[in-house]
Amino acid sequence: MDTAASIQSNTNEIGLTQTDYRGKPSTLCPGCGHNTVTSQIQAACYELNIMPEKIAKFSGIGCSSKSLNYFLNRSFGFNGLHGRMPSMALGASFADKSIKIIGVSGDGDTASIGFGHFKHLIRRNLPMVYIVENNGVYGLTKGQFSATAEKGLQLKHQGKNLFTPVDICMEALISGATFVARSFSGDAKQLKELIKAALSHQGIAIIDVISPCVTFNNHEDTLHSYVWGRQHESPLHDIAFVPYKANITLDDFDEGTIKEVVLHDGSSIVLKKLEKNYDPTNKWDAIRALEAAETEHQLITGLIYFESDKQTIFDMYNLVDQPLNRLTSEKIRPSSKMLDAINKNMY
Amino acid sequence: MTEQKEIRNNQLAANNQKIVNDFCITICTVNGSGSATANNVLYRTLFRMGIPVSGKNIFPSNIKGLPTWYVIRASMEGYLGRLEHDDIIIATNKDTFTEDLSYIVPGGVIFYSDHIDLPLDRQDIIAYPMPIKQLLKQADVPRNLRDYMENMLYVGIVGQMLGINFDVVNEVLTSHFKGKPAVAESNMKIVNLGAEWAAENLEKKDHYYVEQMPPISDHILANGNSAGALGALFGGMQFCGWYPITPATSMVEEMMAFAPSLRTDTDSNKKTYAIVQAEDELAAIGMTVGAGWAGLRAMTSTSGPGLSLMTEYVGLAYFTETPVVIWDVQRVGPSTGMPTRTAQGDLAMCYKLGHGDTNYIILIPGSVTECFEFGWKAFDIAEQYQTPVFVLSDLDLGMNQWMTEKFEYPDKEINRGKILWEKDLEKWEGEWGRYLDVDGDGVPYRTVMGNEHPKSAYFTRGTGHDEFGNYSENPITWIKMINRIKKKFVTVREDLPDPTIRTKPNSKIGIIGMGSTDLALIEAQDILSKENIQVDYLRVRALPTNQMVQDFIKNHDRNYVFELNRDGQLCEILNCEVSQYSDKLISVSIVNGLPMTASWIVSQIKNFEEGK
Repeated sequence: MDTAASIQSNTNEIGLTQTDYRGKPSTLCPGCGHNTVTSQIQAACYELNIMPEKIAKFSGIGCSSKSLNYFLNRSFGFNGLHGRMPSMALGASFADKSIKIIGVSGDGDTASIGFGHFKHLIRRNLPMVYIVENNGVYGLTKGQFSATAEKGLQLKHQGKNLFTPVDICMEALISGATFVARSFSGDAKQLKELIKAALSHQGIAIIDVISPCVTFNNHEDTLHSYVWGRQHESPLHDIAFVPYKANITLDDFDEGTIKEVVLHDGSSIVLKKLEKNYDPTNKWDAIRALEAAETEHQLITGLIYFESDKQTIFDMYNLVDQPLNRLTSEKIRPSSKMLDAINKNMY
Repeated sequence: MTEQKEIRNNQLAANNQKIVNDFCITICTVNGSGSATANNVLYRTLFRMGIPVSGKNIFPSNIKGLPTWYVIRASMEGYLGRLEHDDIIIATNKDTFTEDLSYIVPGGVIFYSDHIDLPLDRQDIIAYPMPIKQLLKQADVPRNLRDYMENMLYVGIVGQMLGINFDVVNEVLTSHFKGKPAVAESNMKIVNLGAEWAAENLEKKDHYYVEQMPPISDHILANGNSAGALGALFGGMQFCGWYPITPATSMVEEMMAFAPSLRTDTDSNKKTYAIVQAEDELAAIGMTVGAGWAGLRAMTSTSGPGLSLMTEYVGLAYFTETPVVIWDVQRVGPSTGMPTRTAQGDLAMCYKLGHGDTNYIILIPGSVTECFEFGWKAFDIAEQYQTPVFVLSDLDLGMNQWMTEKFEYPDKEINRGKILWEKDLEKWEGEWGRYLDVDGDGVPYRTVMGNEHPKSAYFTRGTGHDEFGNYSENPITWIKMINRIKKKFVTVREDLPDPTIRTKPNSKIGIIGMGSTDLALIEAQDILSKENIQVDYLRVRALPTNQMVQDFIKNHDRNYVFELNRDGQLCEILNCEVSQYSDKLISVSIVNGLPMTASWIVSQIKNFEEGK
């Protein structure tokens, strides 16, 4: 009984429905910020009309990494080792550079065991969307401090956190990332736009998503809680990033303004976007903005830094155009004549 | 062996006879002194004169200034394992002079730099002083090249005294300095200077001579790391993630040197491979596993400590059934151990690497040409059985120069195993599951990233999973999965390289070895045979073992298992694999950082046999 128009409205430009981008049902805690990220990855891919088969997804170990299974069933996915997703994603990406790579990691995965791998991945500028679901706590092992937990944080069994936190965006910036953004899992709309922009970026795109743990780190006064985020989020600016295909804008959230947003659990947060004149292509401005936010106990969100013309790893490797994993035997085994020449040289 | 040589040399001396093409020369120097080229010229010249040779570099974990020995063995009969004593020494290092002197056999020779003013208190050897510094002053050599060229003097002096053909030296220098004729020429000048000085000033008193033999046409000179790298390139290697570690580094460096000419697509002038230096071994194997999972022929090359770091990822590859090839060029462990010395101590680790229930296919090349062969074969086996494959080489095989059979072009087509692309899935009947054992051989069908068929994708995980890749903690599912994986290693046994077997008539004793000890074991077998102790020799070339290994053990009263490690790891594994005959296995192992010698093997067997 559906009209042609309504069928059309339920599909994207390549004729796929939202369902085609779904994954397995989430087994994370109800209210977990990570589930919002999952939905926004799906929505972003749907809206950008990317065939799920043209995406591959990777993760490490932890709650965040489990979420890899909860989106894009039709994409190849590899849930790897703790902190070592970057190297695996890099190796796989060489098989077919037309595939879009999405990595999902957590703060334990990225900022502790995998810190070195994270930074070396950035150095190599692999075209990839790298999302950190950052909650300042180890969820799957039931509530230990992560490296992004703020100093002085009190947790039930751990006592007081003694050490200063790692700022993932700052680390990404100084490692030379070509796309650095931060969002809040409660700000679904901004998050989706950032993911879309990241998917359109030709290089490494880091998105640090503050994603509260509803079970182990949701005290009112802590950095990675809904209440804190509600009071202190300081978003950068409207993401007027123009990707290669479609124009992406946040239509209801102006630059430099403060906005109250109702979250899925019924609470609301106050977001502040970066000023309109903020220039995301200036690395020094980006570093200053992060420093200032830290001093003011704010979390700035939005596109913090962006650089478009840096060589990617594939520019440096001069690979054949055809996917490497589809090369025929003749293309990968040299001739017997070549071996004869080698034998002759070794006499 | 020393005793034998002493007797031989005394007899020859008494009769004023020659010792032709059968000696060991050790050049005693310090590392970083640029002697490598001179040594290379010396031993390649012998080879091109038709004399079988080997060259072993005994070097420190250091860049400059510590003692280094380069050992050249020439043997007209083709025995090229390490010897425990030297016939001829070229001594240029004062620090080791006294000790070096003690290694010379009676009747042997020392050539020494006359700046060494230490007592030469051996009356049973012949000594030739070499005025290296003085001669160098006469030579027209740029000051900055003096240190490098100095070594060419001993090539000339020793060559003259042995009767080396200097036309061949010239040929070798020309091909060594290909494209730099002026450099070759100035080196040759120094060689000639040394030779002329020796002709005029030294009187031949020793018995060692070099004589031309028929050309060796079916062999080349190469090291195992180059051979493994070339084997990989001819095996279609597409991705190599690596991290520098002695003694494995040169394998990837050789690959980087050869790959551009061998593996650049002629149509597009673009590359069909990628080699990525990782930030550590954790990432090197991570990249390799990612690439293998995505359908590339992926490999890494490392040594013991690196492999310890790689362990967790290899376990993931095992359980997710991801093909990867891992070269372990072994050095002495545990811990940092002796990084520049050789051993076979990683076998037990590789056999069961990682936590939980694992087991691996291990290929063990015993010659440089086998490094080439296993270099390409490993990819076929890994992809066919969807599992990590280890190739266990060692420093001796990997970094030393061996006379080896010419590399043979692969006699089999590239085998990508059970991989499904779009058209295969279109024809597929019933439901496809990544871990379904469709053929009953334990090996499922796989798809890889980039396949655009809507049913091609699956979720890969190191957690418990069912036949479709879904998460599972179900006890029955786990048992089925882990046993189905094990089944692959039953199937594979008869597909792996057979052992080599070398027999003697009426032998009831077996000796078993693996890898780089091959030449020493062959020589020992022949020495024993001459003394009427007949032994058959089997060399294990792959684990898990096949029926031939079992039969060999069964058919001999006792089998001595020789290996370069403390605990007899191969013997332990054979004890498990062929447990019904474990009373027929005797472990004889040694680890001292040096290649095994025939004389040690002979003495061990005699000791055991006399004790019977």
